[in-house]
Amino acid sequence: MIATTLALTTCTGGTTLTNGGSGLSGSFKIIGSNTVTPLSSIWAEEFMNDNPGVSISVSGPGSGVGIAALIDGTTDICQASRLIRSSEIEQAQANGVDPYEIQVATDALSVVVNPANPVSELTIAQLSGIYTNQITNWKEVGGTDTPIVAIARDTNSGTHVFFKEHVVQMAGLATADKTLEYGNKVLQLPSTEEGVSQVAGNPNAIFYAGLGYVNDEVKTIAVKRTADDAGVQPSVATALDGSYPVARPLVYYTDGMPQGVIKDYIDYCLSATGQEEVVAIGFVPLAH
Amino acid sequence: MRQENTAPTAAGISRLGLGRRLRLGERVIEGWILLAGLLAIIVLLGIVFILVKEGLPIFAHTPPWEFLFGTSWYPVSDPPTFGIAPFFVATLMITLIATAVAVPIGVACAAYLSEVAPRRVSEAAKPVIELLAGIPSVMMGFIGLALLSPFVQSLFNLNTGLCGLTAAIMLSMMSLPIIVSVSEDALRAVPQEFKEASYALGATKWETVWHVCIPSALSGIAAAVMLGVGRAIGETMTVLMVAGGALAVPVSPTDPMTTMTAAIASGIGNAVRGGLQYQAVFAVGLILFILTLAVNIIAERVLERQKRKFAR
Amino acid sequence: MKKSRFDSRRISQRTAFTFLALAAVISITPVIFIIIYTITKGAGAITWDFITQFPSQAGKAGGILPAIIGTFYLMFGTLLFSLPVGVLAGIYLTEYARDNWLTRLINLAIVNLAGVPSIVFGLFGLSVFVLAFHFGLSLLAASLTLAAQALAMVITTSREAILAVPREYREGSLAIGVTRWQTVRNIVLPQAMPGIITGAVLAISRAAGETAPILVVGAAFLLPGLPHSPLDQFMALPYHLYTVAAHVPNMPETTMWGVALVLLIVVLSFDVLAAAIRIKTRQRKT
Repeated sequence: MIATTLALTTCTGGTTLTNGGSGLSGSFKIIGSNTVTPLSSIWAEEFMNDNPGVSISVSGPGSGVGIAALIDGTTDICQASRLIRSSEIEQAQANGVDPYEIQVATDALSVVVNPANPVSELTIAQLSGIYTNQITNWKEVGGTDTPIVAIARDTNSGTHVFFKEHVVQMAGLATADKTLEYGNKVLQLPSTEEGVSQVAGNPNAIFYAGLGYVNDEVKTIAVKRTADDAGVQPSVATALDGSYPVARPLVYYTDGMPQGVIKDYIDYCLSATGQEEVVAIGFVPLAH
Repeated sequence: MRQENTAPTAAGISRLGLGRRLRLGERVIEGWILLAGLLAIIVLLGIVFILVKEGLPIFAHTPPWEFLFGTSWYPVSDPPTFGIAPFFVATLMITLIATAVAVPIGVACAAYLSEVAPRRVSEAAKPVIELLAGIPSVMMGFIGLALLSPFVQSLFNLNTGLCGLTAAIMLSMMSLPIIVSVSEDALRAVPQEFKEASYALGATKWETVWHVCIPSALSGIAAAVMLGVGRAIGETMTVLMVAGGALAVPVSPTDPMTTMTAAIASGIGNAVRGGLQYQAVFAVGLILFILTLAVNIIAERVLERQKRKFAR
Repeated sequence: MKKSRFDSRRISQRTAFTFLALAAVISITPVIFIIIYTITKGAGAITWDFITQFPSQAGKAGGILPAIIGTFYLMFGTLLFSLPVGVLAGIYLTEYARDNWLTRLINLAIVNLAGVPSIVFGLFGLSVFVLAFHFGLSLLAASLTLAAQALAMVITTSREAILAVPREYREGSLAIGVTRWQTVRNIVLPQAMPGIITGAVLAISRAAGETAPILVVGAAFLLPGLPHSPLDQFMALPYHLYTVAAHVPNMPETTMWGVALVLLIVVLSFDVLAAAIRIKTRQRKT
C-alpha cells in the first residue's frame, strides 16, 4: 500500500493546475476550519483515490488561520465554518486576493451539556447571558443550583466567531447588541474535541460544536429563538428546513473563481456522491 | 609567529609550495570557524531583531502602558483591544507554583542522590529522572488532561480541573529534572574538606548536609532554581491544553487562565501577516523573551559565582 | 544523658533521610508512571498497519506512517543544519577564541539562546524562514527553526566534549609541527566524538518532540504523500497527537494513546541512546 500511494503522488509542492491527458493532475492545499477538516479530509481522500494524479493537503488550525492564509496567498482553498468579514475582504483585496465563496455543506451548531444536566432548552438571549458571564448559575435558567462552566473555542476558530456574532451578540434579533463580547471567565480551548470531552465529564459545563462532533456522551440543547418560540433540536432536518436558529454554512473560499483541478475537486464535493460523505460524517448536506 | 608546516608525508613535495597552500587553506577554515562561533550571537540577535521589528509597531496602536496593564484581549473584535495583564499574571502565578513545588522536591532529591544514596542507586536514578525532561510537552499536556485535571477538579471541588494549578503541577514535573541535575552537581562540588571538618566536630551526616553542604552549594542551587523557572515560563503546549484558556486576570491558582505562551500560540494562527493581531502577538513574544532573558542572566551570574567559589 | 541526645539526633537524621528518599521516589515515579500508563492504553493500537499505513477517515483509521517519517525527516533536517555549525562553533570557542569581550558575549548569547521559549523560536522561524526567505510552510523552514533551537545545546555539548580532551594530545601534536586545524581535525575531534554525538542525539530527540514551533511553521494534518522536497509541508508525530486528540470528532481513545506511545518510543529511545553513549564513554575513560 505504501508503494502504490507513493507512486500516486506528484512531485510538486505548489499549485499546478493542469489537466494532464486522461486523468487530472495537480496539487493544492486546503487550510482552515477544524470543523470542516474531517469533511475535507474524506473528500480529499476520495477524490485522490479517483484521480491518482492529484495531491491534496489538508490542515485544520482554524477558520481564522485559513482566512489569514487566503489573504496572505499561502493557501489554495480556505475552508471555513464562518463567513468572511468585510474587513477581511478589504484586507484580501488590498493584497490582490479576490475571495470567492462556495458553500459546501451546512452545519447545525449544537449547544451541548452534560447528560445529567436537567436543562434541555435555552433561548438565544439566555445563551448570550451565559457566555457573557451575566448568567452564572444553572438555577437562573431552570436547572440546579450549581455554577455554570461556560466553554468556548479560541479565536482561531470560526465557530468562536460565528457563535459570538449570532448568539452572544444575538444578530438578527430585537435585542441584538454588537458590543457584547465573550465574558472573561469563559474557558477558551484550543480544540473542539477537548471541549466536548470536558462537557462529557463535567455536569456543569456547556459548550458548542458542529453537529458532527456530537456524540453519545453529551446532550444537545433545544435552542429557542425567543422565549415565545419552540425549542428546536439541532439535526440535519432542522438545519435544512431553517427551523434551527443556529445553522451555519460551511464554506470554501478561493482566490477568484476556482479553476482547473481545484474546480473539479469542488464540483466533486458538491455532487451527490460528495454530499453523501457529508451525511456520513454527521454534517448537513446542501439542500437540493 | 610562523609554524612549521611539515606534514608527515611531505616526501617529494616542495616544502615551500605545500606550506603556502596549507597556510591559505588553514586561513579559510579558520574563517569559517570564526563565523560559526559568531552564529550564536547572530541567531540571538536575529530573534531580538524580529521580535522588535514585528512587535514594536503595536505600540503605535496601543500605548505600552495600556498593552502591559490592560486587561482586555479581544484581537478579533471591532475595534480590537490588546491588554496582556491577564497573561502576565497567569505566567507569574503558574511559574511561582511550579517552582514552589519543584524546588523542595528537587533539592531534596539532589541531596539524597549526592549525599545519602549508595553510588549504584544514584547512578541508576539520574538517567531515569532525566528521562522525565525528555517527555514531549504535548504528551504532558495530554496526561494532564486525561489524568490530572479530573483529579484536581474533584480534590479541590472545582468547577473545572482546567486551571492554573493543574498546569503548574505538570510544569513542576517538567522543571524537576533540571533542578535535580544542577543542584546535584552543586552539592557534589562542595569540597570534601568541609564535610570532613564537620564530621570531625561530631556532626551527624544529616547535620552536615543541612548545615554545611546545602549552604555551601546554595548559589548552585539558586542557579538550578532559576533554570527551572526559565523552563516553566517558556512552556507552551502543556499550558495551552490544561490551563483553561480564560481571559480574566486570575485571582487564584484554581482559576482557568491563559499564559503568555498560550496567548501567542492561540493568537498567531489567525493573525494576518503584518496586521494588528500579528504585531500584538510578536509584542507578547518580545516581553516573554525579555523575561526569560532576565532569568537566564541571573542564573548565569549565580552559576559563575558558584564556580569561582570553589575554583582551585 | 549524652547518649539520649545523640539518639535524638540520630532519629532526626533518619527522619530527614526518609524525607529525602521520599523526594527521590517522587522524582522518579512520574516518568515511570507515564511510560507504563501510555503503554497500557496505547499498545492496543500498535499494529504493523498502524505504523506503515497512511491515515484515512480523517485519522480515525489507517496508520500514522507519514507522521513517523515526517518526524524523522525533521530530526535529520535539524541535525543537518545544527550539527556542523554547532561543532565548528564549539571548536572556535575552545581552540581559537581568546578570553576577551567577544568570547564572553558569545557565551552569554549561547546561555540565553538555550532559554528562549520554543514558541518564540516558532515566531522567529515564521518571520524569517517562512516569510522573509520565502520557504513557505515547509519541511525546510521547520528544520531550520528547530536547528536554531538546537544550536545552543549542540554548541555547549560540543564545547564540553572538546574541552575534555587532554591538553597533552594537542600539545604533542602541535609540537611535531602539525597545524592547528589538522590537530583539531585528526586528533581532538575524534576524541571528542562520543560527547559530541551524545549532544547531537539529545538535540534531535528534543526536536522530535516539539510541537509549538512546527505548529507555526509548517505541519499539516493530512497529506497525500510523503514530502518530496524540503519545500513541501509535512506531518509530524507531536502535531498529529495534538490534532487527533484535539480536532477530530469521536477519535477512538486507543488511537490517540497509540500515537502518544509511538511518539514516546521515538523520543525516549534517542534519550536512552544518548545516555548509553555517555555511560560507555565514562567507562572507557576510567
